[in-house]
Amino acid sequence: MAMTLAQYLKPSVIELGGTTDALGDGAWRYGVDDDQIGWLVLDCTDASVNTIADSVLRELDTHLDGIVAQPPRALVLRSGKAVGFAAGADIHALGDMEADEAETLLTEAHAVLNRLQGLSCPTVAVIHGAALGAGFELALACDYRIAVAGASFGLPEVQLGLHPGLGGTRRLPELIDPLQAMQMMLTGKTAHTKRAKDLGIADMVVEERHVRAAVRAIATGSVAQQSRGVMGKAFNLSTARSLAADRMRREVQKKAPQEHYPAPYALLDIWVEHGNDPTAMQTAEIASFAKLLQTETSKNLIRAFKLRQRLKQSAKERCNISRVHVVGAGNMGAEIAAWCAMQGKQVSVSDPDEDALGKMIHRATRICADNHKDRRATRDTLDRLMPDPKGYGLHKADLIIEAGPENADTKARVFADLTERMNPRAILATNTSSLQLSELGLHVADKTRFAGLHFFNPVSKVPLIELVSHDTTSTETRAQLMAFCTAINRLPVAVTDAPGFLVNRALMPYLLEALLLMDEGVAKERIDQAALKFGMPMGPVTLADQVGLDICLDVAESLNASVERPIADIPSLLRDKVEAGDLGRKTGRGFYDWSDGPPKPSSDAAASDELTDRLILPMLNACAECLRKGVVETDDDLDAAMIFATGFAPFRGGPMTYARARGMSEIRARLSEFEQAHGARFTPDAYWDKHA
Amino acid sequence: MSTSKEVYLVDGTRTPFLKVRGKRGPFTPVDLAVQCGRPLLARQPFAADAFDMVILGCVNVIADEMNPARVAALRLGMGDAMVSFTVQINCGSGMQSIDTAFRTIREGSADMILAGGAEALSHAPLVLRDDAVDWLGGMQAASGPLATARNAFQIRPRHLKPVVGLERGLTDPITDLSMGQTAELLAHHFGITRTMADTYAVESHKRLAAAQQDGTLDHEVMPAFDRDGKAYRMDDGVRPQSTVEKLGELSPVFEKPYGQVTAGNASQVTDGASWCILASAEAVEKHKLTPIARLLDSEWAALDPSVMGLGPVMSATPLLTRHGFGNADIDLWEINEAFAAQVLACLAAWQDDRFCQEVLGLEDSFGTISREKLNIHGGAISLGHPVGTSGNRIVLHLANALKKNGVKRGVATECIGGGQGGAMILEAV
Repeated sequence: MAMTLAQYLKPSVIELGGTTDALGDGAWRYGVDDDQIGWLVLDCTDASVNTIADSVLRELDTHLDGIVAQPPRALVLRSGKAVGFAAGADIHALGDMEADEAETLLTEAHAVLNRLQGLSCPTVAVIHGAALGAGFELALACDYRIAVAGASFGLPEVQLGLHPGLGGTRRLPELIDPLQAMQMMLTGKTAHTKRAKDLGIADMVVEERHVRAAVRAIATGSVAQQSRGVMGKAFNLSTARSLAADRMRREVQKKAPQEHYPAPYALLDIWVEHGNDPTAMQTAEIASFAKLLQTETSKNLIRAFKLRQRLKQSAKERCNISRVHVVGAGNMGAEIAAWCAMQGKQVSVSDPDEDALGKMIHRATRICADNHKDRRATRDTLDRLMPDPKGYGLHKADLIIEAGPENADTKARVFADLTERMNPRAILATNTSSLQLSELGLHVADKTRFAGLHFFNPVSKVPLIELVSHDTTSTETRAQLMAFCTAINRLPVAVTDAPGFLVNRALMPYLLEALLLMDEGVAKERIDQAALKFGMPMGPVTLADQVGLDICLDVAESLNASVERPIADIPSLLRDKVEAGDLGRKTGRGFYDWSDGPPKPSSDAAASDELTDRLILPMLNACAECLRKGVVETDDDLDAAMIFATGFAPFRGGPMTYARARGMSEIRARLSEFEQAHGARFTPDAYWDKHA
Repeated sequence: MSTSKEVYLVDGTRTPFLKVRGKRGPFTPVDLAVQCGRPLLARQPFAADAFDMVILGCVNVIADEMNPARVAALRLGMGDAMVSFTVQINCGSGMQSIDTAFRTIREGSADMILAGGAEALSHAPLVLRDDAVDWLGGMQAASGPLATARNAFQIRPRHLKPVVGLERGLTDPITDLSMGQTAELLAHHFGITRTMADTYAVESHKRLAAAQQDGTLDHEVMPAFDRDGKAYRMDDGVRPQSTVEKLGELSPVFEKPYGQVTAGNASQVTDGASWCILASAEAVEKHKLTPIARLLDSEWAALDPSVMGLGPVMSATPLLTRHGFGNADIDLWEINEAFAAQVLACLAAWQDDRFCQEVLGLEDSFGTISREKLNIHGGAISLGHPVGTSGNRIVLHLANALKKNGVKRGVATECIGGGQGGAMILEAV
């Protein structure tokens, strides 16, 4: 057989109606089918995903000229791309725009969408895959939306420090329950097919094979348009909007304080002010959007978004790894294995402790639930995840991930055993966080196929992986691991085999400084508050508990032994806790009591800049050292790693962006002050001299 | 049997057999098949799609898993192109899958087949009474509120009392005798006493417990893991502390008050699955496999359903006769322990001159099968009898036991509800 059945059936055909044979030289193709229905297909050139650049809207305007002159019975808008309808606006162009330039451009864009909305014939957006941001706003300007099963809708602008800017703030609250509309815009959450239908975003849900029939039904007038319910009308009253907005503002404040994240508040303000007047709302939206675009928050969040995109695309080749064997079903091993299985890999996990393997299955079940996997997807994930006490899966694995205890002797024994039984062509990776690959590699048969894959806890929530190479890791091994990381939907950053690699090296001085502050008598709640106020997702004391105090101690000790500038002496506070067996979250008690869930540190004392600097500067200083020594290649990689591994205040753009914004010489001066007061651990790194 | 190919049992695994404890167990039949199939496939040198077909015995198929063989094959990643079918001959289904695979390979139509058995008796459905089914049908057909209301009032509480499907399944439809009653009949005919049956049962528990302890089952029984995080390592119905005195206190289950079949000397109701890999000589060579045993031949027999327990005698005897084998030629026996009295009745029948001459057509009695050769690592009384699985397990275990004991030839045989028996001869290689 020249072709398998699967290959034969693969090309899934997108219904293109009248444009099947239409030619076009721009982003759009237009054609009219036998039923006199016009099909306007968006297929941006030289891109796998449609984005709504201003040129796309200008071309749409030109097509509308023709459509107004010769109106079809109905007009269909859809994407010609297999992956989906359209992502947002052209983020790269937007980020660099001045306020008035943006305002002019947006006003023009709004006019095109208003014109589309005003057409005399029924307009239908057919959506498969994702319709996000400006893509969704384009669909909102149509009379009907047909969702092809699997479609999703979202206005995620708030995650970029913005709110919708192409009429979404007006059109979504007009279409669906305004409170639900505000929720979607304030959280940036995506509504998947069923939810989109329930909310009233989609008029109907059909399979691709029924698109044409559905469009025809709309064209012949047999489908009624959605009408907004009583709730919608209630919010024509400004007092109702004002009351609701107060409530939402309080909710938002908990997650995104106004001083760091202005966008949601701006959105609430214009809705309260203009929510009953579409035209005024549209004008206000443009002005507010242009203003937000100029904020540091938005610039930094857009930067973080681009960093994420770049890491997502960092693989240079196809991933050839389909079978993964994980050694060790502890906390990390179990999470790594469950995540890989959920991402489609065949996974076996060996551990002599069958109870640990059992717990892994339980955890995998929960991870599937947290990731909204349905019954079938959960079953398939669990079927791909084989607890393997005897290590039967080892000999067929393409990649072996060692995730055993952090003990060099144990690992040496494990590697010796693996070397005997594994496929010699497989890659061996260790998840070590505190041991050096150069030393572990002594026990490995083929060092060129040996590297580090340092995952972060919990793997299912933290997207970063440090891809650690040592001197003899081959280029192919690195390239394959890079491809593997992206294939399992994680973000890889390449680092060298330096003590603590990048993230732990940078994080540890920050954690230890927090413990020293506790030693000095500062309340842990106050310390955590200072970090939270800076914009960290959790305070350093909470983080130490979360990571595990034993692991903190391991990493701190190995760093202490190996880095040139002294890090803080390991406070006895930490040793005492570890000795007492209070290891943090995993034992229910560390510095905080976790028995009732994560702690919620609150402190009445005002956070001081002094306190914040004592915490943040040691981290910056370590980052500088890593850059100087080439542990990580670029500032961008460093910022990305810290944002995606530790949640480093993304609106600050990462540690190095923050340092630049504050001024490198100021950072150095401040470090020197601390050096005088607290000792050599604050000695400014040579990096600052060069860049100040 | 003009041009017949040799057929080997290459490897096999089973799940622990999990006693049904009054509620649905964590695994469906296919879940069980996947649990023990994954490690089995993982430890093979070839890919999961290298098989020619999958055959699975399963009696109580659940609605979500029609043709469980195919569902299991796909869930085990054996590929879209894997032909898979389910077989059912009641308690012999797991052996029927092996036999079908054996015959297919022997005639040269396939080189490698995965043959198993899977049963989750804890998932056996509650069945609605016919009255209730009719009423539900009426509700669906009724049009208009009046008709619906009229129909709704016709329901009676007794209609809704569900029938336990398992209980019906263990009752012979022709004679209306429960399986336990057929054992009572045999005990009566062959003079098996309560003490003899209880003594046999105690020994079954001791043997299984010893095998679990000394690692005999390590390569055969694969741990299963449920979604709540529990690991099931071993058959959990074993009671090594059981004594004849303790068993003597139990009341008869099927024929009160004078019957002698109790919960203690009958097989346990359990969930479990088992797989065997069968291969031709070509497949063995191609994949460089090490077979455990060669399948020599098989036989099925049918008899009066009310004495179905004699199935092993009726099937194994002609099979052995065909090859000229006598009692002394068989080193090990696996006779499925549906009931202690039933196994003992089989042994008694083989010892009885008149029975052997008149019913089996032998010249003399077949002879005594030593307890030292019979079910040496326990049986369904101690580990349970997931009906569609047991026949598969006894063949797999016989192969492993022959190898472990370094002996040549064995017979695996079982009685089958409805009045049948199946038997198979294996030779160690």
